[in-house]
Amino acid sequence: MLKQTPSQTIGPFFAYGLTPEEYGKSGIWSGILVNDATKGERIRIHGQVIDGAGEPVTDALLEIWQADHDGRYHHPSANEKEVFQGFGRRSTDENGMYSFMTIKPGRVPATQQRKQAPHVNLIVFSRGILVHAYTRIYFSDELEANNSDPVLQSVDHKRRATLIANRDESRAVPRYNFNVHLQGRHETVFFDV
Amino acid sequence: MTDSEYSKRDWQCHPPYRHDPYKSTSLRGPRQPLVPIKHTLSEITGPIYGHGDIDPVDSDLTRNATRGGEALGERIIVTGRVLDDRGRPVSGTLIEVWQANAAGRYIHKVDQHDAPIDPNFFGAGRFLTDDDGRYRMITVKPGAYPWGNHPNAWRPSHIHFSILGPCIATRLVTQMYFPGDPLLPYDPIFNSTPDVKARQRLVANFSLDITEPGRALGYEFDIVLRGRDETPTEQ
Ligand SMILES: [Fe+2]
Repeated sequence: MLKQTPSQTIGPFFAYGLTPEEYGKSGIWSGILVNDATKGERIRIHGQVIDGAGEPVTDALLEIWQADHDGRYHHPSANEKEVFQGFGRRSTDENGMYSFMTIKPGRVPATQQRKQAPHVNLIVFSRGILVHAYTRIYFSDELEANNSDPVLQSVDHKRRATLIANRDESRAVPRYNFNVHLQGRHETVFFDV
Repeated sequence: MTDSEYSKRDWQCHPPYRHDPYKSTSLRGPRQPLVPIKHTLSEITGPIYGHGDIDPVDSDLTRNATRGGEALGERIIVTGRVLDDRGRPVSGTLIEVWQANAAGRYIHKVDQHDAPIDPNFFGAGRFLTDDDGRYRMITVKPGAYPWGNHPNAWRPSHIHFSILGPCIATRLVTQMYFPGDPLLPYDPIFNSTPDVKARQRLVANFSLDITEPGRALGYEFDIVLRGRDETPTEQ
């Protein structure tokens, strides 16, 4: 077996390479995963990345990967514009905030018999993080599915709430709030993916 | 469906979240132990990037600022293969790179280093691996730059690499360094990797064979991602 190439921090200066729109170059992925043809309920996933001192992390990169409305992951190539890509990328702003415009994913199989609760996979990168951190975003209005989700149930019940995005109906597009706490009393659960 | 799981992240190769010599880890690296996860479809799938939107000039950082002029600095070719830990090529995968210019200055708005910007150097590129897992880029050797980690701290010359791989479990963001760089022993980011041999994976090899006579020096940098136990039978 060959040794795996070590991860290194993304550092503070990735934006013009990975999210280069504000540098006048087109990026490959954005925070908008939907177009007119996309099936499913439009939602916004929105939140803040917060460090161990409670300060916003203003130079994080977030990537999401999710199934479509029917619970299927696609391996589309980027030229198939009509297919739901399921992948988004955003950096946090000067207040540590991020936002993705997407759809609520369907349920993906866990095993032959069981399904997972709807969830979005989230990867967090930033200066000071030497290996990107994986977490999952579950939805507060999926109580029943959440209660039988094998991954969510494998997490200490006291920390499970850190994985659940709260639905806010007060806007035209329902918004799910999901803050990422890198450390502290509310530290988000991260997985050894 | 997960009998052929990807190999686990090797924590002897990858750095820990807390590495005190690198100050920013103290408030940003997660402190709780990671929760183990048995791979499901969510972890063993990921986006596959097509050939559509990549311009060949995107792998030539000496010209892709498209201002008409050529970047200043020592021209280099960086090439290598993306392999899995079984030594199999990872083909058709997207690599994105970004780096400082020859003077050690990033074009990034936040970079305060008092070194000149080169209008003909943007410093970012992207390209795909071929059937053999090989990629090739042309750039200029990035300069070292100071940073605020500790008094008189300088980052060794490096190129940032982002690699997707076949699924999100193989996602990798790393940095490539140059052989013989006197700053390497002092760099807390480079030295955050526990396994000394794995650390050497981050240092490119100089290669005369890759050099283009009269034009550019050559470096070889292979990247090893986590592999799958066996060839998957299902799509
Ligand atoms: Fe850097």
